[in-house]
Amino acid sequence: MIIVSAGLFKDCGRCFKSSSIVGVGLGDTLAYRHTYKINQVSFSSSIPSSYYCCATLSKTMEEAKQTFDVDKAAVLVKELRKTFSSGKTKSYEWRMSQLESISKMIDEKEKEIIEALHKDLSKPELEAFISEISMTKSSCKLALKELKHWMMPKKVETSMATYPSSAKIVSEPLGVVLVISTWNFPFLLSLDPVIGAIAAGNAVVLKPSEIAPATSSLLARLLVEYADESAIRVVEGAVAETSALLEQKWDKIFFTGGARVGRIVMTAAAKHLTPVTLELGGKCPVLVDSNVDLQVTARRIVAGKWACNNGQACIGVDYIITTKDFAPQLIDALRSVLEECFGKDPMESKDRSRIVNSFHFMRLVNLLDEDKVSDKIVVGGQRDRSHLQIAPTILLDVPDDSRIMQEEIFGPLLPITTVEKLEDAFDMINRKPKALAAYLFSDDEQIERKFVQNVSAGGIAINDTILQLTVPTLPFGGVGESGMGSYHGKFSFDAFSHNKAVLYRSFAGESPTRYPPYTPGKQKQMKALISGDVFNIMLALLGWFKD
Amino acid sequence: MAREVEKKAVFDTDSAKEVVKELRASFVAGKTKSYEWRVAQLKALLKMTEENEPQIAAALRDDLSKPELESYIYEIAMLKNSCRLALKEMKRWIMPEKAKTSLTTFPSSAEIVSEPLGVVLVISAWNYPFLLSLDPVVGAIAAGNAVVLKPSEIAPATASLLAKLVANYLDSSCIKVVEGAVSETSALLEKKWDKIFYTGNGRVARIVMAAAAKHLTPVVLELGGKSPVIVDSGINLQVATRRIIAGKWGCNNGQACISPDYIITTKDYAPKLLDSFKRELEQFYGKNPLESKDLSRIVNSNHFARLSKLLDEDKVSGKIVHGGERDKNNLKIAPTILLDVPLDSLIMNEEIFGPLLPIIMVDKVEDSFDVINSSGTKPLAAYLFTNKEKLKEKFVATVSAGGLVVNDTTVHLAEHTLPFGGVGDSGMGAYHGKFSFDAFSHKKAVLYRGFACDAFVRYPPYTRRKLRLLQALLGGSLLSIIRALLGWS
Repeated sequence: MIIVSAGLFKDCGRCFKSSSIVGVGLGDTLAYRHTYKINQVSFSSSIPSSYYCCATLSKTMEEAKQTFDVDKAAVLVKELRKTFSSGKTKSYEWRMSQLESISKMIDEKEKEIIEALHKDLSKPELEAFISEISMTKSSCKLALKELKHWMMPKKVETSMATYPSSAKIVSEPLGVVLVISTWNFPFLLSLDPVIGAIAAGNAVVLKPSEIAPATSSLLARLLVEYADESAIRVVEGAVAETSALLEQKWDKIFFTGGARVGRIVMTAAAKHLTPVTLELGGKCPVLVDSNVDLQVTARRIVAGKWACNNGQACIGVDYIITTKDFAPQLIDALRSVLEECFGKDPMESKDRSRIVNSFHFMRLVNLLDEDKVSDKIVVGGQRDRSHLQIAPTILLDVPDDSRIMQEEIFGPLLPITTVEKLEDAFDMINRKPKALAAYLFSDDEQIERKFVQNVSAGGIAINDTILQLTVPTLPFGGVGESGMGSYHGKFSFDAFSHNKAVLYRSFAGESPTRYPPYTPGKQKQMKALISGDVFNIMLALLGWFKD
Repeated sequence: MAREVEKKAVFDTDSAKEVVKELRASFVAGKTKSYEWRVAQLKALLKMTEENEPQIAAALRDDLSKPELESYIYEIAMLKNSCRLALKEMKRWIMPEKAKTSLTTFPSSAEIVSEPLGVVLVISAWNYPFLLSLDPVVGAIAAGNAVVLKPSEIAPATASLLAKLVANYLDSSCIKVVEGAVSETSALLEKKWDKIFYTGNGRVARIVMAAAAKHLTPVVLELGGKSPVIVDSGINLQVATRRIIAGKWGCNNGQACISPDYIITTKDYAPKLLDSFKRELEQFYGKNPLESKDLSRIVNSNHFARLSKLLDEDKVSGKIVHGGERDKNNLKIAPTILLDVPLDSLIMNEEIFGPLLPIIMVDKVEDSFDVINSSGTKPLAAYLFTNKEKLKEKFVATVSAGGLVVNDTTVHLAEHTLPFGGVGDSGMGAYHGKFSFDAFSHKKAVLYRGFACDAFVRYPPYTRRKLRLLQALLGGSLLSIIRALLGWS
């Protein structure tokens, strides 16, 4: 056993070398990941099959790190393209069987998924269950239920111009697509787009995030076991592997992550004219009016911040704007809800995810330690570097030019900015890049209307946070800096489909005006027809316009 | 020419910055968002088109020797239709769309709100320089955006007419035309736009998209490709031939992104089809088509030389079975048909975009699908002439292209209920009708909730009981739900 773990240890070091390119692999992370690897070995050593999976893990890690280069990527795409060209993925039966299989996989491997999420993020079981497992499952179920309906060509009306004719819009798969996923909801955000890609009949390569390595390797292992390997693949890895993948020609790239990498992905896609969906993030504001049910508001903010992967969510609450007068009450309410949820000493609570790694821990600490910010803490502020935990922290009236108000926080820190009048907040929000979500708590319908009209963001929830994500009839996606394209429900299917326009005509319905020579008579007739002048049409038809 | 030089010297990155700044100020002020502004601008655009028909036709004649009827049908009338449709339907388009909500968020309501993206850039092409410039602008205005239009410098008469007319008729604080070529376009592309709508070719499209990536700007790319026509036997040959001619030579002399590029037919049927082409072409364009006024010219000498080169390639020049005459001075090439050109020739590997039409022969008509799909690129359009239902079905199921038409060519463009746009190498995104409005809108998801119904299971501390209850709720097992609620598990 010791020998095996030593081997893993070595791999781990290599893995760090490559992640340090992204600037994630600090010394601490290295140490931390060793612990995790060793844990995993001891955890899985008891059962032969898990031992096997562990060995595969180390083997694939090593192989991937050393050999997944541009050539490998090219071979992979070629294989999948061959499968796609054979028409296999297009059939309704294939799509259903793959979706059913994924649904089964989620049911059967729930425990392992929860364990992987715990390893990667110390994600509480209930959170893992609600926001990853059940979301993915319901996405799968919806696709299974609606697929027949989604695949049906849509009949559309035709006009006089092409009479007699009929027309429809046919959804066809784009081909071979790439899904690049992220670490904060590493299970959901990997499989949810894959479900859309499969439903739409594509062959798909998934590149999960190397920053959530346990989930990444679990996905690699499970999809081999449950999905059709000739059309659905997982490539694990970091920057080098992603770059090798991005050099290939894809028919769609679906990326979830940060705006910086989003730009790199889109630039790479431009070379091959590949359309992209970019699911990014942004500073999602919460506007709190003074007429609200304070307890419910505070609870829903806590749920959208700390109970949502401890603030590490793209639609998580980033900052609050409220009136000067109301701020103290709101802070008191938040403080008491926090105590209700996480106890007197939140650092001891098991109900919050940890900060994913020491790179992000340091990033957050730097935000807190900025000169003009550090004295604004009104709740929390405790940190524990060895456990990568930061207590739920609220800051009041931080200056707008501080870093915490300029970059996406993505962690358990919550600044509260105050304004004189609530309406002043709209300008404040609109001056910043467009966020993925914006929230308003208010009992005033006029404010609600104004908010919806004036605040631009990917999506909006009134009197709640993050729940817009769970409504499959709503498109989920950003605008401006928060991304482009959307998915969920039918929108996922559409994101991976080409809507092909099809017009049917018969050989009847010939009009001589369409053809040269373009005589003056034809010209008059045409003009009359198009401008809808009945008298002139009659004249034209009766041949009174002489050529 | 003097004006050109002046322009080139003047419109640089700083000027581009000024333009964007001014438009952004108008947009932020909320001017373009109001329904009234949108209607007023669309009405002005319609009026502009109606009042300047002769000038528009004249500019198109200058730029392309485009026959008046073609200008009228494909540019003027199409644009007017677009304006009228937007004016008629806009109220419905801008209405938030109600969306169903589920038990998870009960009680709640949801809607999808269309909002303008902001300040958008439209870069247009020279082949339909009036329509392809203003049709996207109609969508941009209808969706409530401020817009900069960069018409093509290869159709200079239309470009300067557009600059003049737009300044006269439309709100210049929100809608502007920037004339120019590569350097002006580059200056524009450096800026941050909220959408770029480009019509043109794949090479420039890659540049546009890479520039857009720097600012995370979404793009619509309307490109072209080699649009094939499959001709089956047993059809009304005269009608088919006429419809192919109308889509090829009757569409700007083949210089259209959805024009038939090449024909695939069976070995047996090819001679009949060829005879029919010869007959109909003579009827349409006379014995000496170089003299016909009903054919656009080749746009400029670059393109004339490009097309000549396609014809003069060794393995191709012997395959001409009809036409082939050229007049370099007047930039005219006669409608030319080539039979059985090799698939590895230049003419079969790049978009022709001119009056040359190769015919490829296959043994069985079903083999055509492989010819199209093995090219590896997806065209903007594909056409099939047949009376066989089975063949139609197979065509729709196996041929991938931006759009398909059975038993006609190019007319799908006129149906505003159909999205117009490419896939793969023929582009991304779509427009026309409501799709134009959508191309320039963000679909904002909005969920409304009240303060009632606050489920305690949602909040920490996460007890076992909460987990069981949730699992039961989501699993949908009534017995488990009751057990969980009663605290039995």
